[in-house]
Amino acid sequence: MQQWLQQHRFEGLLDSVAGYSSLTVYYDPFIIHKKYAPSGTAFNWVSEQLQQAYRLAAPSAVENNNIIRIPVCYEAPFSPDLASVAEYARLSAAEVVKLHTGNIYNIYMIGFLPGFSYMGPVNPQIAVPRKARPVPVAAGSVGIAGSQTGIYPLNSPGGWQVIGRTPLKIFDPFADEPVLLRAGNKVQFYPITIKEFGEWQSQSSNPVY
Amino acid sequence: MAITIIKPGILDTLQDLGRYGYSHLGINPGGAMDRYAAQAANLLVGNETPVAVLEMHFPAAQILFEQNALISITGADFCPMLNDEQVPRWHPVVVRKNTILHFPKLQWGARCYLAVHGGFCVPPWLNSYSTNLKAGAGGFAGRKLEKGDELPFGENHMYISGLLKEGKDYEILRWQVATGAMYEHPNEIYIIKGQEWDQLAPQSQQDMLENNFIIHPFSDRMGYQLKGVPLQRMQRNELLSSGVSFGTVQLLPGGQMIVLMSDHQTTGGYPRLAHVISAHLPKLAQLRPSDCIQFKMTDIATAENMLMAQQQELNILRRACYERLNQVVC
Repeated sequence: MQQWLQQHRFEGLLDSVAGYSSLTVYYDPFIIHKKYAPSGTAFNWVSEQLQQAYRLAAPSAVENNNIIRIPVCYEAPFSPDLASVAEYARLSAAEVVKLHTGNIYNIYMIGFLPGFSYMGPVNPQIAVPRKARPVPVAAGSVGIAGSQTGIYPLNSPGGWQVIGRTPLKIFDPFADEPVLLRAGNKVQFYPITIKEFGEWQSQSSNPVY
Repeated sequence: MAITIIKPGILDTLQDLGRYGYSHLGINPGGAMDRYAAQAANLLVGNETPVAVLEMHFPAAQILFEQNALISITGADFCPMLNDEQVPRWHPVVVRKNTILHFPKLQWGARCYLAVHGGFCVPPWLNSYSTNLKAGAGGFAGRKLEKGDELPFGENHMYISGLLKEGKDYEILRWQVATGAMYEHPNEIYIIKGQEWDQLAPQSQQDMLENNFIIHPFSDRMGYQLKGVPLQRMQRNELLSSGVSFGTVQLLPGGQMIVLMSDHQTTGGYPRLAHVISAHLPKLAQLRPSDCIQFKMTDIATAENMLMAQQQELNILRRACYERLNQVVC
């Protein structure tokens, strides 16, 4: 539906944000009134457009089965919470990594920070709750919060349990595409060594998928 | 060269009316907190397009003009002075090269805007001049202004130097913006119902509309935390995150509220009790910690009418400023 709206934009449409089970649409009432002169409120006019979009948007249009593979180094010092996740799950660190890399994740939503992706579902065995209070988290950190997993695009305070770090730039403000991932993408992580992490980082930009 | 920051303020950033079209990527619109003042500032100096203005908090920067300029100062009253003389806000002012603009005292409000004719010339990021501090992009190098920063002006298509009289550092042009009702009843903030309003206990709905709420010191461009009677939601379930906006009033787990402001995150998972109407965001943006808020419930039709009236007013101002400026400059 979000894609359909972007392809069939009405004037005054500013932005839209897809949540887990919602689509939030931002519009400029002044432009709506000026361009379309609705008899009622701009809100009602936009609501009608959204109902139409909901009817007409084909669900198949958003299916994308390409899996984006993301390298993650699960070694120290990039995995500060891996040991505690393993303890929570009564598994070895290697088994946690195996479970985390075993699933193909859906990106449900982008939000919180530029390019922060909420994905899941995480294997229930390693679905650890988030921390009681946020701590500083480095850009590229891969974390778990309940059945969700995600990657921190920037250095930021955060409460997710950090089990690894990707050398990919999830958010690069001056790249042609500043944000690597989109809601609706499918993602799988694969483990790399700390040496490979260094090699990835020495490359100046993300490889093309 | 155009202006140089001699002494930085606490938070001086370049802003425009927001970076729309990227919220789905988690990149929030940001932009000026008081968009009425930011727009009026630009119109006063003849900027037809919404170019970057400087948004300042108190204490604000000391600024040296490296060339003659046509400027305007709007929004909060920090008692602006050009060298040793106080100058009025909401007026176009021609300033002579080597004059220093400074702001000695906080009189009213929270955010003051400086516009220059031609705008500040910085590269746009994702089609906007607004500073995104978290992303470190947009505005001036993605950060707040620091000592020694030089902000060049955009293209100047008016000959303004002729308006300066010999021996004077500046010349105040005679017309001004009448802000009218914009900032009257500053504490009375109109809201419309949010998606989770009905989940508030009836007593809490009443409490929210009948009590004063104080703006907490932990309040900034991201959001205003409020302090007051704790409110109760009837359900306990956690919500799935969804989009939020400038003006969304959320209920925090402890029963206190937060009003999301310009630098809010794109998504949130707290109950959305209400939304401050767009027409009241400018006056909300001028409130400070320890000021109080009284919420008044209104409906969408009223909210839209008020916003339309505000926009009409700005359109009239646009034409009036254009005509006046053309009469005095060649």
